[in-house]
Amino acid sequence: MTRRQALQTEETQTGKIRTAENQTEGPNTANAQPEHRKTAQAHAAETEVAATYTAERPTAESGAAVTQTAELSAAETSAAEKPSAATSPAESQPAKRKGGGDPEEPVVRVSELSAAYRKNRVLEDVNFSVGRGTLTCIVGPNGAGKSTLLKVMLDLHPRLSGTVSFFGTSYGKVKSRIGYVPQRGAVDWDFPADALDVVLMGLYGQIGWLNWPRRRHRELALAAMEKMGIEHLAKRQISQLSGGQQQRVFLARALVQDADLYFLDEPLAGVDAATEWAIMETLRTLKERGKTVLVVHHDLHTVREYFDHVLLLNRTVIAHGPTEETFTRDNIARTYGGALRWLEAGVV
Amino acid sequence: MIPALSPNAQWVLLSTLILGAASGIVGCLAYWKRHSLMSDALSHAALPGVVVGFALAGTKNLPLMTAGAAASALLGAWLVVGIRDHSRVKEDTAMGIVLSVFFGLGIMLLTIVNRLPGGNQAGLDSFIFGQAASMVRKDVYMMAGLALLVVIVTTVSFKEWKLWLFDPLFAKGLGLPGRLMDAAYLTVVVLVIVIGIQAVGVILMAALFIIPAVSARYWTHSFGRMIALSALFGGAAGASGTLVSTMGEGWPTGPFIVIAAAVLFLVSLAFGRKKGGLVGALQRYIRKRRMRRRPSPGTSS
Repeated sequence: MTRRQALQTEETQTGKIRTAENQTEGPNTANAQPEHRKTAQAHAAETEVAATYTAERPTAESGAAVTQTAELSAAETSAAEKPSAATSPAESQPAKRKGGGDPEEPVVRVSELSAAYRKNRVLEDVNFSVGRGTLTCIVGPNGAGKSTLLKVMLDLHPRLSGTVSFFGTSYGKVKSRIGYVPQRGAVDWDFPADALDVVLMGLYGQIGWLNWPRRRHRELALAAMEKMGIEHLAKRQISQLSGGQQQRVFLARALVQDADLYFLDEPLAGVDAATEWAIMETLRTLKERGKTVLVVHHDLHTVREYFDHVLLLNRTVIAHGPTEETFTRDNIARTYGGALRWLEAGVV
Repeated sequence: MIPALSPNAQWVLLSTLILGAASGIVGCLAYWKRHSLMSDALSHAALPGVVVGFALAGTKNLPLMTAGAAASALLGAWLVVGIRDHSRVKEDTAMGIVLSVFFGLGIMLLTIVNRLPGGNQAGLDSFIFGQAASMVRKDVYMMAGLALLVVIVTTVSFKEWKLWLFDPLFAKGLGLPGRLMDAAYLTVVVLVIVIGIQAVGVILMAALFIIPAVSARYWTHSFGRMIALSALFGGAAGASGTLVSTMGEGWPTGPFIVIAAAVLFLVSLAFGRKKGGLVGALQRYIRKRRMRRRPSPGTSS
């Protein structure tokens, strides 16, 4: 129930944007509307039949409001796919669920993975699996292979051996359900584009190759920017954004992608406290919506506060599990090696 | 068209204008791919292919020479990538090696071929500095076709280029076919080079790639406008350089085109609206003066 509540508060927050979106979208989505409603009802029926019905009764006004929220929740999960994709939402929705499927089936399963840069092995025999709806951080010393692990898992860096499966299948088949947020420094921010351009890139898969973005895509992107508190920067040159703002742009781009599994490479590196808070709020919201999030992290002080699972990595997995049990002095010491006088300062 | 010019000169002018525009567009892609120097290496690497193509045909057979140029440019590109990926040598060093070795090889072959009967009348030397005057109406059609292809390729997949150039890792994650983009990119680059070297020459071809793009960067913060401006600058440089070079007997076109492009670059550098140095300096100066006027202790002098 708590999850449901959280879901709904989140939706009421975004409700305003979404409503505006529906109004301005025009004839294009007007015919998609009934479809929204249909799935919304299916959604509601599946989860909480009674609640929806009682809510719909009292007054016409509040009833309408609730239907809208329900509608939004459906729109939320497959919002952008709907208009462009040929498949009807009725088809894609259950498929999407089934894929995430069995809650026992891990979202990510890595076995015997190893990788190298030239002759230096960076990752050796990495084994772990990540469950659905978890917020996991990957910590380890510099050069432990944290970023490499993400890249190898996503086929961005060649692997020497081992297998990685997502949602019980291979990466290629579920690409669209996986969002990747590279390190901020991985791109050239001098590139001539504005913030909205970059956020729109998250929708390219849904827009379709060789198609041009339309107004509804722009509105989706703006809504995501609003969630990150940067909607006023939409037309700002990306070179004129601060580090924290750039990171928020990247996060908005990931949000708009509407993936089920997110990989973030050091999203909190070099950002101010407000941005850190905004990013963590977003990640928590994602988690509450049943998404799975993996974050490369470097600040041991905040691990306990921010993440429910932790993966300690130093070329191989040292320990992995719920933060409470795993993030222990012993495990940290084993991960970071002998020179641990700084640990005395009270990290844990 | 300019009535004072002979019909042939008018065709030449038109073809360099189109060529300049096409290379301006492709140059923008190369600029953001960080391949400015790569285009230089590729155009130098085209020379041996031109000479070999000529030697095989025995006469100045343009399609064969163009094919030869494309083949050796691609071989050069392949070598650069091969050296970079399979040795400790960095990409810029690899390009330096390929550029000079291929050019040296080209000059060596050229000297040999020039000694052959009929060799030195072929005007192979013009491939070094470019001789637009030798172009005819057929070349104009070829260049127009090329420019059209380039415009189509860049506009149809404009959003894909933007993504691929800005964030290739993210692009790959979204399922953008990276190999296809690589291939398309290399194709347009090599096409523009092999067709352009006739007019501009292998040595200076890269300038037509780099200078319009970097000049355009000073005027806009939008990728689309940058491409359009770069095409405009390239076309203007091509046309005006050619115009000047027709004033003298046997003047090579390449250097004049490059100088024309350089003038445009200097103007952009100084007056560019977005990043121009002079404009920026003026803004800073005004700001400073305003600060100074404000009465503040300690800055009385």
